[in-house]
Amino acid sequence: MSSAAPAIELRSLSRVYRTDEVELRAVDDVSLTIEHGEFVAIMGASGSGKSTLMNTLGCLDRPTSGQYLLSGRTIADLDRAELALLRNRKIGFVFQSFNLLARTSALENVELPMLYADPLVSHRERRARATRALESVGLGARLQHVPSQLSGGQQQRVAIARALVTEPELLLADEPTGNLDSRTSIEIMGLLQAQNEVGLTVVMVTHELDIAAYCKRIVVMRDGKVIRDEVNRARRSAAVEISALNAAEQQAKLA
Amino acid sequence: MTPVAAKLARTWLIGAIALRALRRNKMRSALTSLGIIIGVASVVAMLAVGNGARASIQKQVAALGQNLLAVFAGSSRTGGINAGAGSASTLTIGDAEAVEREISGVIAVSPEVTRGVQAIANGRNWSTTVAGESPDYLKIRDWALATGAMFTDRDVRTAAKIAVLGSKTANELFGPLDPIGQTVRIGNIPFVITGVLASKGAGIGGQNQDDRIVVPYTTAMRRITGDTYLRSFNVQVAESTEMTDVQREIAALLRQRHQLPADRADDFNIFNQKEIADTASTITGAITLLLGAIGSISLLVGGIGIMNIMLVSVTERTREIGIRMAVGARPGIVQLQFLCEAMLLSLIGGAIGVLLGVGISRLVQAVADFTPVVSTASVVLAFGVSCAIGVFFGFYPARKAARLDPIEALRYE
Repeated sequence: MSSAAPAIELRSLSRVYRTDEVELRAVDDVSLTIEHGEFVAIMGASGSGKSTLMNTLGCLDRPTSGQYLLSGRTIADLDRAELALLRNRKIGFVFQSFNLLARTSALENVELPMLYADPLVSHRERRARATRALESVGLGARLQHVPSQLSGGQQQRVAIARALVTEPELLLADEPTGNLDSRTSIEIMGLLQAQNEVGLTVVMVTHELDIAAYCKRIVVMRDGKVIRDEVNRARRSAAVEISALNAAEQQAKLA
Repeated sequence: MTPVAAKLARTWLIGAIALRALRRNKMRSALTSLGIIIGVASVVAMLAVGNGARASIQKQVAALGQNLLAVFAGSSRTGGINAGAGSASTLTIGDAEAVEREISGVIAVSPEVTRGVQAIANGRNWSTTVAGESPDYLKIRDWALATGAMFTDRDVRTAAKIAVLGSKTANELFGPLDPIGQTVRIGNIPFVITGVLASKGAGIGGQNQDDRIVVPYTTAMRRITGDTYLRSFNVQVAESTEMTDVQREIAALLRQRHQLPADRADDFNIFNQKEIADTASTITGAITLLLGAIGSISLLVGGIGIMNIMLVSVTERTREIGIRMAVGARPGIVQLQFLCEAMLLSLIGGAIGVLLGVGISRLVQAVADFTPVVSTASVVLAFGVSCAIGVFFGFYPARKAARLDPIEALRYE
């Protein structure tokens, strides 16, 4: 794998769903290149094909035609087991509905990807890495909490820790703030921005413009095609906004 | 790490994942195991009861004596009323003596007459059975004396008034006292007691063999029954392999002595202990098989229960499976995890079932008058079958889990 290759390269990629007579081109002849260290928002209405594109980027699905190169390596000829291993090593997922294992502690949830790592990760190392990942998202004090004991924002932090614990090349976030209030949304975006600052490539699906505004680049889809692809010039900074919010709160208390 | 060690470590890890998943759903896991617990427990307990019954019956057959043939007089018929085996007046002492004298392979013969009597001794009276026998009786029946001595051939010749008591009869008449040298009166005739038999317990028919008074057969015939005919005589054969031959020779000899024409049926019956033992063994074997089959059916039902719950579990945990696949669980590993869960359920259920089965056997032992035998083979069998059931019935749900599409699974509500 050459480091010169882009993180993601799509060449005339299509994903077609065929029912008996109808043919649905969910992703239609998309070519897209995402370099290492980018922070891309994929926007579009529901049915625009952004979720299908996301599943393909996440190696959960294979394209019907065209090519998908992940760090210069084509994934078309990989079977389900090889795709699973690829997801395990290179990709971290963050979902709208958090997708944590119920009745399972935050620590064990974060350990989950390492259970499937090849080569094996020792029990002690799993524990250490999961603890560090949870500390890095500010949940060092809640290692043994189960999801039902955590707020939505905290659950999403656990999910982010789980996505980061394997040190992936690519973080895919599917509406990560869809179930959160605005303040918590800013905090979560702050976490993603911070990870992006230190070099992680992040691709995020959202339909909210003000969330997409935290990204560096915005790709808009409609009917399976990319209709707009531009650099975000009015980029918001979550860190700045949070400190402003904190200052405002402080003032409100003093007043 | 070598590839084999890595593989082992990975399997171990998957087992730990499976165990963790089962612990998350303690109630469901327990209920699923319950089917296997009941199945294994019933197989173990039923086989134990069957084997115990078989052992008990075999012991009773062996207690009849060693290589025993019993020759009974035929049934007598008076006006259409059949008085039953031993009632016809056809067997004589001469027949018994001829059998002992003329047939090779016969090592002992004991003529037998019996009669129900009222015995009086020590100021008590007791309704019991007098058995007129020869001194060989004890050897033939493989019976020992608790105390005292048996009467002798000379006592038989002189029709001596000597008695040996069964242990129960002795206890009823004398309680803790020593009956040796005491007198027991049977129909007003005094007999001197020379010995007490060891306890033998219930016979095949369930009657108490220890409730009897044994006297020389000559004395019994002359002084108690007044008969000149024998009810039966017992024959001991040297080798168990010769029993069928000896039985045939006795039949031929008796037909000749009774001058029966070829078209007349035997006027006697010969019971072969080996045949009784074989029949008993066949019957108890069939009972054991039946009990085992009933147990196996519940084990099968338990296995189907595991499959049922695992299928429900796969559906219910579709999202969990999707999450595991998304973070990199290969289909093969998901399959192995669910297979492991099914196997663990049946293994744990099997272990508890074995303990429960042993417990039930103990309980049966406490309430029934025989001892169930928990054989290692039945435990290994039940345990092995329950593991096999785990694999067999766990395979389909596990494959179903492995074939889930991660995208669909993640979307599942």
